[in-house]
Amino acid sequence: MSEAFSNAGFKILAREDFSDVTYSLVVHHPLMARAAQPGQFVIVMSRPEGERIPLTIADFDRKKGTVTLVVQAVGKTTKEMQQTCKVGTTLYGLVGPMGLPSPLKGKKKVICVGGGLGVAPIYPQARGFKENGAYVIGVLGFRSKSLIFWADKFRACCDELILCTDDGSAGMKGFVSDGIKLAMQGHKNIDECVAIGPPIMMRACAETTRAAGIKTTVSLNPIMVDGTGMCGGCRVKVGGEIKFACVDGPDFDGHKVDFNDLMMRLKRYAAEEKAALQRWSDDCNLMNMTPEVTQASEVEDPAAAPPDPFEEVLGG
Amino acid sequence: MAKKKKTIRTIPQQRTAVRELDPQVRVKNFEEVNCGYTLDQALNEAERCLLCPEAECIKGCPVNINIPKFIESITQKNLRGAYDVIAASNLLAAICGRVCPQETQCEGVCIVGESLEPVAIGRLERFVGDQAIKEKWINMPCAEQTGYKIGIVGSGPAGMACAADMAKAGCEVTVFEAFHEPGGVLKYGIPDFRLPNSVVDAEIENLRKLGVKFVCNTLVGRLFTIEQMRDELGFDAVFIGTGAGYPSMLGIPGDTLNGVLSANELLTRCNLMRAREFPKFDTPIPLGKRVAVIGAGNTAMDAMRVCKRLGAEKVYCIYRRTETECPAREEEVHHAKEEGIEFHWLTAPIEVLDDGKGNVRAMRCIKMELGEPDDSGRRRPVPVNGSEFEFETDQIVFAIGTNANPIIGQTSKVKLNKRGYIACDENLATSMAGVYAGGDIVTGAATVIMAMGAGRKAAASMKAYLKIRDAETAAETPIESFFGIDVRERNYARIRAA
Repeated sequence: MSEAFSNAGFKILAREDFSDVTYSLVVHHPLMARAAQPGQFVIVMSRPEGERIPLTIADFDRKKGTVTLVVQAVGKTTKEMQQTCKVGTTLYGLVGPMGLPSPLKGKKKVICVGGGLGVAPIYPQARGFKENGAYVIGVLGFRSKSLIFWADKFRACCDELILCTDDGSAGMKGFVSDGIKLAMQGHKNIDECVAIGPPIMMRACAETTRAAGIKTTVSLNPIMVDGTGMCGGCRVKVGGEIKFACVDGPDFDGHKVDFNDLMMRLKRYAAEEKAALQRWSDDCNLMNMTPEVTQASEVEDPAAAPPDPFEEVLGG
Repeated sequence: MAKKKKTIRTIPQQRTAVRELDPQVRVKNFEEVNCGYTLDQALNEAERCLLCPEAECIKGCPVNINIPKFIESITQKNLRGAYDVIAASNLLAAICGRVCPQETQCEGVCIVGESLEPVAIGRLERFVGDQAIKEKWINMPCAEQTGYKIGIVGSGPAGMACAADMAKAGCEVTVFEAFHEPGGVLKYGIPDFRLPNSVVDAEIENLRKLGVKFVCNTLVGRLFTIEQMRDELGFDAVFIGTGAGYPSMLGIPGDTLNGVLSANELLTRCNLMRAREFPKFDTPIPLGKRVAVIGAGNTAMDAMRVCKRLGAEKVYCIYRRTETECPAREEEVHHAKEEGIEFHWLTAPIEVLDDGKGNVRAMRCIKMELGEPDDSGRRRPVPVNGSEFEFETDQIVFAIGTNANPIIGQTSKVKLNKRGYIACDENLATSMAGVYAGGDIVTGAATVIMAMGAGRKAAASMKAYLKIRDAETAAETPIESFFGIDVRERNYARIRAA
């Protein structure tokens, strides 16, 4: 790897493990914290040999100069990151904020739906709608009680919160689409429904609102490489047109998205992903490593944080 | 004893051959195909240059390198002197010597080439460039620091060339790059067997030694805007060189099936993300056995030759016109043929067929014939009725053109033209004061050397805007030229970089 450029990496200041699959990373990046808007995402490389993966920006703190990423350990990269991304370590590559910011103004009543990991990126949108004067109904869905996270953050910014669990261990038993139906029963004049989660969930949400004609926005998550509009790998079909999720999205009209196409394209490296995961877990077994689950770690004081990688160059 | 005068009758008729890797061997690796000249070969070829007093080659070069002068230095075994001459106009000799289409530029107008094979100027430039990298030569400018801060958006050839000139003029230059590694299309687009990434890194290292700072992981427009660069972040002038990477789509049924990807995606995975070394590197890459590449430009050639090296048994080029109209460099088409790629001219894809599980199984094509010329002057291809046929393929790579990268247009008030490229005047100034643009983002997809030429031109405009007097601008004043002083001579210190 050439030393032709300086790349000190982006420091992880805090980490919280919500469960044995979901964790959050608070990363030091004052410029990005300043620029980030709800709905935008980043591309992360955990190390030089790693792959580039998109992660939505779950939160940002402009004063502290941090962005928060919530990650679900499903494949080799996210499982490896779960082990290696401890407080004090750095991410090799972090670029953003990418994508078009979500439009949050001018709505009177909205439903914000988060399914599983989608709960994280919908949070800044719910908060943003509230700050812009809307009545916000939050609908959160988890498989079961043990996987719930950030419910209190939503309670703080939603006028109503409907919690759903697949197994009924907390809140109402059902999927988020059932939660939406409940919200629609209680309110007649909903301006918009924003739904973020696995494609199959977003498709179900769009079907739930279609007959009532409620504008439904979804945030698409295709495979990405550059994230800057130059490879077309993230192309999605919306209303019969090809759009690039990285520069034309990631938000799109849920009633026009071809979800079948998206879900099919998400499988295109399934064989390689499976092999990589198998290889990695074999290596872990060989080295006798078990995935560590740490509780909410101590937070490093941002004031003592390393200098902003851009400060030296931009003069702060 | 005086040397006999060289004439067209005394020099060898053919250019000195250069060693190339055997096609059977090279399709299994990413080693550089063209091995470059040895010193003896370079000396032999340099002797073929007639050192024309009215050299056409200088005018043929988009950055006007003093070609006869650097070649003469080679004949005198003064390689450092040859480097000095090239570096005065072009800081990226090892790159240009490899990827410039010399056949349509310097070599295309070479006077020797009117009757014999033209002097192999490109191979000689590459030889000198490689020597400079090997010996770690760098020419440090003696310009006074001006205190001006210049921001360059994009670390591809246009940005690098602009950065080099502004650094030589004594400015504080920062190049921003969205990727995690600088180099732009030189890194992600052109494969190692044509332009090794180590050469790109060596040239970038030289720019760093000139004082240029490279900041990666920066998506200008989103992290901060062009306006913020100028108004809040203290940049006195900005150059936009973001390229035209947005790939054009096939626009036929089935073009989103798994196994259909743009050449940009294939090349980025292979070259930048090193997917060819999967699983040592995490990024995967599709490994089709029967690959069809749509298009016949240089990008298409690169994609075809990459697929061959990734283990494809069959690689087909599908192009709707003929070899005569094909835009790729002859040398690249020739290399592709040697490597066993099969060319299907006058053929266009009409549908991609599904295997029932969302993957490519086959492609339906139609034969074409050439009709009347279109806007580009080339004869328009017209489908031949009833000539549809189907052939089996498990991977389709499309390289049929690109469009402007949309991010600067989305995030800045800078004016765009009708096709989405940045609108500039003849000095490459945009609609925003102090902001210049050049390369593919202005002209649409073109070549590395055109981008470099644009970077240099924009730098000249920036210097005029900031009223910087340096070696280049000073030489134009009447007093110096009246006294026959060429202030460009010796206006630098030679160092051997540590």
